[in-house]
Amino acid sequence: MPTTEQERSTIIISKPIKKEATKCYHCGTDCITNTIAIEDKVFCCEGCKLVFEILNENGLCDYYNLQSHPGLSQIKPTRSDKFAYLDNEEIASRLYKFTDGNNTMVTFYIPGVHCASCMWLLEHMNKLDAGITESRLNFTNKEVTIRFQQQKISIRKIVELLTTIGYEPYISLDDAEQKKSKNYNKKLIYKLGVAGFCFGNIMLMSFPEYLSTDKGIENQYAFLFRILNLVLSLPVFFYSASEFFSSAWAGLKQKILNIDAPIVLALIITFSRSIYEIATNTGSGYLDSMSGIVFFMLVGRVVQERTYRSISFHRDYKSYFPIAVNVITKDGIVSKNLQDLQEKDIVELHNDEIIPADAIVVKGNARIDYSFVTGESEPVMIETGKQVYAGGKQTGEKITIQIVKPVAGSYLTSLWNHHSFSKNKIEKNNRDSIIHVMSKYFTIVLFVLAAATAIYWWMHDPSKILPSVSAMLIVACPCALLLAATYTNGNLLRLLSNNGLYLRDATIIEQLGDVSHIVFDKTGTLTQGSKQFHSSGHQMTETEKSWIYNIASHSQHPYSKALVKFLGAYPIITAEKWEEHTGKGLYAEVAGNIIKIGSAAFTGVELENENNKPALYIRINDKITAFYITTEFRDDIPQMIPVLHNRYGLSLLSGDNDRQRERLEGIFGQSSKLLFEQKPIDKLQYIEQLQTKGEKVLMMGDGLNDAGALQQSNVGITLADDINNFTPSCDAILDARKFGKFPALLRLAHSGRYIIYFSFFISILYNIVGLSISMQGKMSPMIAAILMPVSTLTIVLVTTGLGSVIAKRLHLSLKTS
Amino acid sequence: MSALYLLVLASIVVAGFFLMAFIWSVRSNQYEDKQGAAIRMLQDDEIKSIN
Repeated sequence: MPTTEQERSTIIISKPIKKEATKCYHCGTDCITNTIAIEDKVFCCEGCKLVFEILNENGLCDYYNLQSHPGLSQIKPTRSDKFAYLDNEEIASRLYKFTDGNNTMVTFYIPGVHCASCMWLLEHMNKLDAGITESRLNFTNKEVTIRFQQQKISIRKIVELLTTIGYEPYISLDDAEQKKSKNYNKKLIYKLGVAGFCFGNIMLMSFPEYLSTDKGIENQYAFLFRILNLVLSLPVFFYSASEFFSSAWAGLKQKILNIDAPIVLALIITFSRSIYEIATNTGSGYLDSMSGIVFFMLVGRVVQERTYRSISFHRDYKSYFPIAVNVITKDGIVSKNLQDLQEKDIVELHNDEIIPADAIVVKGNARIDYSFVTGESEPVMIETGKQVYAGGKQTGEKITIQIVKPVAGSYLTSLWNHHSFSKNKIEKNNRDSIIHVMSKYFTIVLFVLAAATAIYWWMHDPSKILPSVSAMLIVACPCALLLAATYTNGNLLRLLSNNGLYLRDATIIEQLGDVSHIVFDKTGTLTQGSKQFHSSGHQMTETEKSWIYNIASHSQHPYSKALVKFLGAYPIITAEKWEEHTGKGLYAEVAGNIIKIGSAAFTGVELENENNKPALYIRINDKITAFYITTEFRDDIPQMIPVLHNRYGLSLLSGDNDRQRERLEGIFGQSSKLLFEQKPIDKLQYIEQLQTKGEKVLMMGDGLNDAGALQQSNVGITLADDINNFTPSCDAILDARKFGKFPALLRLAHSGRYIIYFSFFISILYNIVGLSISMQGKMSPMIAAILMPVSTLTIVLVTTGLGSVIAKRLHLSLKTS
Repeated sequence: MSALYLLVLASIVVAGFFLMAFIWSVRSNQYEDKQGAAIRMLQDDEIKSIN
C-alpha cells in the first residue's frame, strides 16, 4: 500500500506539570513531560506507554517487578509496513525451522535481550496471542524460538508483536539461507566423556596389579583385570581417539605430516603392543597411559575450541542487507526477494534502509550515507537521475530508485567475488602453525633414531628389535607438544577475551604474534562517534543553551546526541511544542520562542562557505548559531600509536578525504604511510602489496568497507563499540573500550610461542627421563602410569601459570571484567 | 574372593550410569544456554486461582 504521508514522527508536548525529571516507568529514560501517564506511572513517549498497556491488558505486569525499568526506549517508531514482506509466503517459509502447514516453529535473533525481565516476557508470548503455543529464549544466543499456529497468527503478526513490545527481531538475508547451527562441537564432548569414563576405570583396574607384591596377584584376577582394561580401552581407541585419526589422515591425504600423524602412530603401537602383551600373558600393557593421554589431549582440544556464541565472525554483506524490498509494479507495491531483484525494477526506499543494488534515483531527495561502503562519514546528496551504489543508506524521506545492476554484480557486493574470499584462512593458519612444523622435525628425528636402534639390535640380537623400537615410539609420542600448544592457546584465548579481544579460533593467536605491519582504517576505527563541536555566530545565553539542551535531548539523531554532549547538563524544562522532521531537523517552541535546529535549508540560513560547512544551524527566532564538527580520535590513540610504532610498521587507509592529514601525520610520524580516499578494493590491494613484500599484516577496521582488507590480511580485527553489534567477517573482534590495551594484547599473543617452546622443553626433559628408564629395561607400566599424568600436569600448570604471569606483567586483567 | 567379581561388575555398572547421565545431559541441550537456566529457575510460577 503506497503511503502519501510524509515520513516523520511527531510528538507534541504540552503543559508542564513537574520540574524534576521523572524516569519512564517502562524504559527508565528521563521524561520531558509528565503528561504521558497511566495512573501514577509516567512514560517518556507514547511507544513506551503502548507497551505498558499491552502488557497490562494481558496480565503480564510481572515484567516490571523483576527488574525496574526493564524496557527499551520506544521513541523511534517503526514503519507500519516494515515487515510486509513476511506476508510473502515464499520469503516467510525460508525462516521456518519446521512447519506442517499449521504448527510452525521459527527462531529469531533479538539483539535487545538483556535481563531477566526480557526472558520472562519473551517466554510468556503465549499470553499475548492465542496463536502462539510456546516460546523459549536462549539467553546466551539471544534467540527466541516460537511455536505458533499459522491458522491463528501469521509470522508477520508475530514479528510485529515482538516489535511493539520492544523486542524487534533482526531478520537478514543470512537467516534465509542455509544456516549452520551454532552448536558447539557436541561430538567432542561425547568423546571426552567416554574417554574420561574409560580412563578412570582402567586406572582403577590397574591398581591391584601395580600395588601387588612381587608374587603378583593371583593369576585369575590379573587376567580378569587385564581383559576388563582391554574392553574399556576399545571405545577410547576406536571412538574417542578418532578425532586424531581423521585429522592425521586428512593431513596425509594432502601430503602434510601434521602433529596428529606421529600421535596416531604412537597410539596404534601402544594399543597393539598392549594387546600382544595381554594375549601372550607377558604383561599388562600400557592401556591406562594410552587412555589417559587421549583424555588429556581431548581436554586440551575442548579448552582451545572455546567459542563465543553470541558473537559472529562470519558475516558478509548479506547480514547487512534486508531480506526483501518493496518493488513498485503495475499491480501496486510487492515485496520481492533480494535475489529475484532484476534490472529496471523500481524500488521504494524508506529512511534508514539500505540500497540493495546499484541503482538510479528516480524520485525524492536522496541523502545517502555511504559510511558502510566507503568510510566517508558525511551523507551525500544525490540528484534525481544520478547513480547510487549498493550498501548506501538513505537518510531522510522516502525515495524511489531504479535498479541498474543485480545484487551480486553491484559495486560493493562484487568485492566478495575477489579471490581472497575463496581462500580458507583457517586451514592455511593451521598448516603454518609452529606445532606442525616442530612435529615434522620431531617425527623425522624420531624415525632416524628408531631406524638406528633397529639396525643396532638387528646386528646384535634380532629378537629385541620389536620390543625396543615399539617402546621408543611409545615413550617419544609428541603428545606433550600437542598438550603444550592446546593448553597455552586455551589459556591465552581466555586471557585475551577477559581483556576485550575475542578471537575466532586458536590459530589466530599465533598469527597475531607474528604480525609485522599494522594497517588502520580511519573512520570508526581511529575516530569514534563522539565528536568535538565548536560554534560561531550568535553566542547563546545560559537560558538559551538550556532550551537547546532540552530540545536536542529528545532526538535520536547522532548530531542531536553530540550537541547534548557538548552542552552538558541542564535542568529539565518543558517545550510547548516539539517536532522532529526526519532528515531535516527539530522544531520547537519554548517560552514563546521559535527554535529550529537542523540543516541550512530547514533553518532558513543561506550557505556562505562551501568548504567549511557547519554540521547544523541553531536558530532561536532570528539569532543564528552555526555548529561545526571535528571528528575526535579515540582517547587512547595518541599514546598508543607511538608505542606500536616502535615494534611494527604502520599504515592508515581512509575512505575519507584528507581533511585531517596534518593531525594524523603528527600522530603517526613521517615513516608511516597515510592513504586517503581509498575504495574497498584499494584497501584490499594495498594489503596484498604489503604481503608480497613479506609483511605479516594486521588490518584493523570496523565497517563493511574494510571487509575485503580484513579478509586479505593475516589477521583482520574488527573494532566494535558493542561486541554484539553487526560486524563484518573477521578473525577477531576488539571491544573499543579496551582499545588502549591493544599493544599489550599483541605482546601477550606474541609470548604464546615462547610459552609453547618452554613447556615443550620441559616435556622433553620428561621424555629423556622416560627414555633412559626404558633403555635400561626398567620401564614398567606403573612408571609409565605415573610419568604420564605428572608430565601432563606440569605442562598444564606451566602453560596456564606462565600465560597469567605475563598477562599480569603487561597490566592486563586476569578475570572477566 | 569371588565377591570381587561382583564388586567389579557393580562398580562398572554404577560408573556406566554416570556416563549415560552425562551423555543424556549433553544430548538434551543442557549446556546450550547456561545463563538462561540460571535466570529461569529464579522466576516464580504465577499463582493460579483454584476454583
